[in-house]
Amino acid sequence: MIVLEGLTKKYGDFTAVAGIDVEIPANCIFGLLGPNGAGKTTTLRMIAGILRPDAGRVLLGGHDVHEAPDLAKAILGFVPDRPFVYEKLTGAELLRFTAGLWGMSGPEVETRIDELLELWDLMPWKDQLVEAYSHGMRQKLIISSALVHSPKVLVIDEPMVGLDPRSAWLFKDLLRSFVDKGGTALVSTHTLELAENLADVMAVIHRGQLAAFGTLEDLRRQAASEGAGLEEIFLRITRGATDEDIERVLSQ
Amino acid sequence: MIGTYRTLLSPKLLTIKQRSRGGGSRTARRLLIGALGLLVGYGLYWGITRLLEILLMVEDLGPLLASKILSIGLLAMLGILLLSSLIAALSSFFLARDLPAIRSAPVDWLAVYFARLTETLVSSSWMVLLLMLPLLIAYEQVFEGGIGFYAVSASALIPFFLIPAVVGSAVTLLLVRVFPAARSRDILTFVSIATVGLLVLGLRLLRPERLVNPDASRELVDYLAVLRGPSSPWLSSQWTADAMTGYLEGGFDPFWLLLLWSTAAGLVVLGALLHWRMFSLCFTKAQEGADQRVRRHAGWRAYETLLSPLPLRRRELILKDTRTFFRDTTQWSQLILLAVLVVVYVYNIRVLPIRSNEVLQRWLVSIVFFLNLALSGFVLAAIAARFVFPSYSLEGRTLWLLGSSPVQTSTLMWSKFWIGAAPLTVLAVALAWVTNAFLGVETGFLVLALVTTAALSLAFASQALAWGVFFPQFEAENAAQIPTSVGGLLFMLGAVGNLILVILVQYLPLRRHVWSGFTGGEATQAVGWELGTALVLTLAVCGLTTLVPYVVASRRLDA
Repeated sequence: MIVLEGLTKKYGDFTAVAGIDVEIPANCIFGLLGPNGAGKTTTLRMIAGILRPDAGRVLLGGHDVHEAPDLAKAILGFVPDRPFVYEKLTGAELLRFTAGLWGMSGPEVETRIDELLELWDLMPWKDQLVEAYSHGMRQKLIISSALVHSPKVLVIDEPMVGLDPRSAWLFKDLLRSFVDKGGTALVSTHTLELAENLADVMAVIHRGQLAAFGTLEDLRRQAASEGAGLEEIFLRITRGATDEDIERVLSQ
Repeated sequence: MIGTYRTLLSPKLLTIKQRSRGGGSRTARRLLIGALGLLVGYGLYWGITRLLEILLMVEDLGPLLASKILSIGLLAMLGILLLSSLIAALSSFFLARDLPAIRSAPVDWLAVYFARLTETLVSSSWMVLLLMLPLLIAYEQVFEGGIGFYAVSASALIPFFLIPAVVGSAVTLLLVRVFPAARSRDILTFVSIATVGLLVLGLRLLRPERLVNPDASRELVDYLAVLRGPSSPWLSSQWTADAMTGYLEGGFDPFWLLLLWSTAAGLVVLGALLHWRMFSLCFTKAQEGADQRVRRHAGWRAYETLLSPLPLRRRELILKDTRTFFRDTTQWSQLILLAVLVVVYVYNIRVLPIRSNEVLQRWLVSIVFFLNLALSGFVLAAIAARFVFPSYSLEGRTLWLLGSSPVQTSTLMWSKFWIGAAPLTVLAVALAWVTNAFLGVETGFLVLALVTTAALSLAFASQALAWGVFFPQFEAENAAQIPTSVGGLLFMLGAVGNLILVILVQYLPLRRHVWSGFTGGEATQAVGWELGTALVLTLAVCGLTTLVPYVVASRRLDA
């Protein structure tokens, strides 16, 4: 459902994403992991058609995001890493506007808006301007906007930021149901527990390249960490700070 | 306490230091703005000097009138300072992003008060001080006050600026106690802009051009003479004026300086006490959001119905832009200034001395026709810079939604173009109709003016949009900042070039007619082919300057 072929993006001399090849089938939650600055957000923005790759291509449902954006984006729902939305629209207006961008209007959209706001306990805020929403409420609203047009592919960058425990649980449940009904979800996250519990397949990006790819078992094999948890595998692959580094900082 | 005060101010000082580092376009922009500022400053200095010289020609009454003018000027500045202090204090005491970090740190409350008061003082008064410099220099030059006058002025102006900053901070504290901070900002923005608008309108309606007419300036002097005696003895502006004019007239009285300094010191103490007692409570209150519930009014429903024939995506984009514009006080309140600008412009045309014994001077009308075209074109370009140029930048951080949606670039461009071009064209045509009616131009010229302004509006909307796409300002905190960028300046230069070209292609076929009366011969009427050629050439130029930027910007968005 999502195909990345030789995906590359450079910012001047810096290569943010260096030739990533991945194929994500339908009915799958794909977890994208990686340290800060590894190239996750850039990859997701290229998949969503916001950034144009310098080389390679992205296919959504068989359609190239940049060659046939209308067809590719028609099945896409995107949640960015930071919940920036139009502050001067109400929650309902934002969802109506989003539905309009996907060519949907009328009573079905109104019913869908109410369903989504009800799901996230946002109904009392339906006619309030977004500028009055808290960070978590904005995150719920953006997830709703990604779902309002019933997409087949969800691309989500850091979904848990600002969500309370109940909403986080709801999100996981929602994502599993979405995939069970034929959807495909690509979730980029720093929450390893979320990836471990939810993702069917995972990939670790490090310095713009695919450092590991597969199921949790595959990742254990690739990191030569038999029986290890995802945290240990992740640290081994990305080679983060050592215990000695931490000791040095705290001893000062 | 002084160390903490310095630490609290250091982020601002470092930011100023970082910004002061030049580089490429930034230096060019500063030089341009600096040159423009110097030009305006010199214009003010020249105007005030001329006014003072005229007033001093009136025996006995002259110095009194000069003192009166200074007192009125300082009173107006006190009003502006008070308003800008209210807004600046709201920002520095309640809305600044670093406040949660400062509030959670173990810092002295008095240091916080002084640091935020300093920020309020600087941001509310630097522009007024710059405006005041030509006034001070003019008074010093005309009255030959010497260096002593600057010393007295500086001693008087420090408390003069400090008093409204302290009062503004205290009033803001009380305002936030009643309204949430966001609502207070909306109210203050509206009040400030409306005040500036009324001030500009008032100044224009006083018809200052009469000063160059000896008969009329005599009337004005008589009028001003009626305003004898201090009009506002309880205000710091009057004390400042008394200290300054007292020195200039040789009767300097230190009492006024003492009064200013003691009042400022007393108010700072009272302000600090109020801050100590109420700030914590008011800051907590400021964190509460205002009730932002939106109700659909009949006007909105009618607007939605009006747009209903449009395709869904275009309609939604236009509705979104209209809603976000009219719900943002910093945006829609600019329309007040626009209305003032239009009224002043129409009034200027209305009072033009182009009639002689009620008989229209035909040759003069032709010249004024082109001047009117140039000036109204410039006004339209300025409006496009303010309202159309920022439209792409304003998408800013929300661009991800449009970028990830299946909306085509052509749809986005179409909506952005027409939401700017449609109101601009309506305004342009109305302006051309009214001003040319006042000028009493021939029907042929009226048609030419209407078509030209409409075509120019479309061209300016397209160019403003295109420059906005090429020079986006996604991080700008408010829309008014966006046109002051390099892209905004380039747009204005391009628009002025477009305007000159249009005037040229109209002037060439019509030049015989324009100068016929002026050269002493019989005034002639422009014939059909001359007007027709001007019209066709105008449409060709504007057609190109509309289409080319539109297409280039669309391609840029597609890239």
